[in-house]
Amino acid sequence: MGTRNLELEVMRYDPEKDKEPWFQSYTVPCNEDWVILDAINYIKDNLDTTLAYRWSCHMMVCGSCGMMVNGEPSLTCKTFIRELPDKVRIEPLENFPIERDLVVVLDDVMQKLHQVQPYIIRKDDPPPEDQEYIQSRGSLAKFKQLTMCINCMCCYAACPQYSLNSDFIGPAALALAHRYNRDNRDQGKSDRLDILADHDGVWDCSFVGACSEVCPKHVDPAAAIQQMKVDGAVEFWKQKMGIPGDKS
Amino acid sequence: MSRNPYVRPISTTTWYMRHGRYKVYVLRELTSFLVMFYSFLTLVGLYALSTSPESWDAFLASQQGVGMIIFHAVALLYFLFFQTFPWFKLAPKAMPVQMGETKVPDNAIIIGHYIAWAVLSLFILWLAGVLS
Repeated sequence: MGTRNLELEVMRYDPEKDKEPWFQSYTVPCNEDWVILDAINYIKDNLDTTLAYRWSCHMMVCGSCGMMVNGEPSLTCKTFIRELPDKVRIEPLENFPIERDLVVVLDDVMQKLHQVQPYIIRKDDPPPEDQEYIQSRGSLAKFKQLTMCINCMCCYAACPQYSLNSDFIGPAALALAHRYNRDNRDQGKSDRLDILADHDGVWDCSFVGACSEVCPKHVDPAAAIQQMKVDGAVEFWKQKMGIPGDKS
Repeated sequence: MSRNPYVRPISTTTWYMRHGRYKVYVLRELTSFLVMFYSFLTLVGLYALSTSPESWDAFLASQQGVGMIIFHAVALLYFLFFQTFPWFKLAPKAMPVQMGETKVPDNAIIIGHYIAWAVLSLFILWLAGVLS
C-alpha cells in the first residue's frame, strides 16, 4: 500500500500560555487509506504527545471527532486523505470557543439540546405495562432520517446564523425537536412550540442550507427547520381562526 | 489547570467572504432589492392605470426604453438563477410528501412545480391577450 507525506497545519492553543491560537506544522507519513483522524493519531502517538483533541469510535457513530478540515466542518474519521491535497489545515470546529488545541467548548449546544425537550412527552395515560406504543413503518419513515444525528456539531460550525447570533437554537437541536414532533407516540408538540416559534427558534434560520451540506449523516437539518416553519405557520392560523390545533 | 476558552472573532460585515456557499446565499438575498423595486414599479403602474388612459400609455412607453428592457432582462435572469431554480430545487425539503410508507421522489415534486409554473404563465399570457 502506498504512503504519502501529508503536511498537517494544526491549530494549537494552550489556555495557560497562549493569548491566541497559532498553527504548528507536522509532516505525517500516511497510508493512502487513512482518514484525517489516523494522521492526527499518528502525531499524538509519534510526534507530539501534547496535542489535545476528541475522538472515540473511529466509525462515524460517536460524533466526537468533528473538526475544520481545510475550512470545511468534517468528521475526521470520515475524511479520507486520498481526497485531500498534500497540505491540510486542521482547526477546531468554528463558532465554538476553543478549550485547548482542537477541543471546543460545547456547553452552549448541550444546553440547547436539553432546552427543546428531546424525549417523548405524553399527555394521555401510557399504555398498560404489557402493551406497547404502536408505530407503523409509515409513521417511523416520517422522522427516521432525523434520528441519525450523532451530535457532531458540524452543522453549528457551518451555520453563519449561529456564528452571528449564538442565541439561535441552531440546526441539530431544532432537527432533534422536529424528530420528536413528528413521532406519533409523542404529545409534546405544544410544549416545544413556544421555544421553537420564538425569535431565536426556527424563524432565525435564513435557509443558507450549509448545515445540511456538511452533515456527515445526511440528516438534513435545514429541511427539518423549513418544515417546522410550515408547521408553525399552520398552527398560528389555526389559533387565529379558532380551530383546535396542537396547542391545547 | 485553569480554563480560559478562546473565542475566535467573527466579522459582522465580511463573514460571507469565508466560503463560496455563503457568497451564493448573499447573492440570493440581494434579490430582495429587486423585489422591492418591482413592488414599487407595480404600484406606479397601478396608479397610472387608475389615473387615466394617457398616464397608463405613458407608463407602458417608459418601460420600452433600451435601459428598462436591459434591466428587465437582467432582473429576470437574476430571479431565475437565484430564486426560482434554487427554490424549486428546495421545495421537496420544505414540503416533503409521503404516501403510505414511501416518500414521493424529490424530482416528482420539483417537476410538479415547473409544470405549475408553465401552466400559470400560459394562463397569465392568455389573460393578457398575448395568446388568443
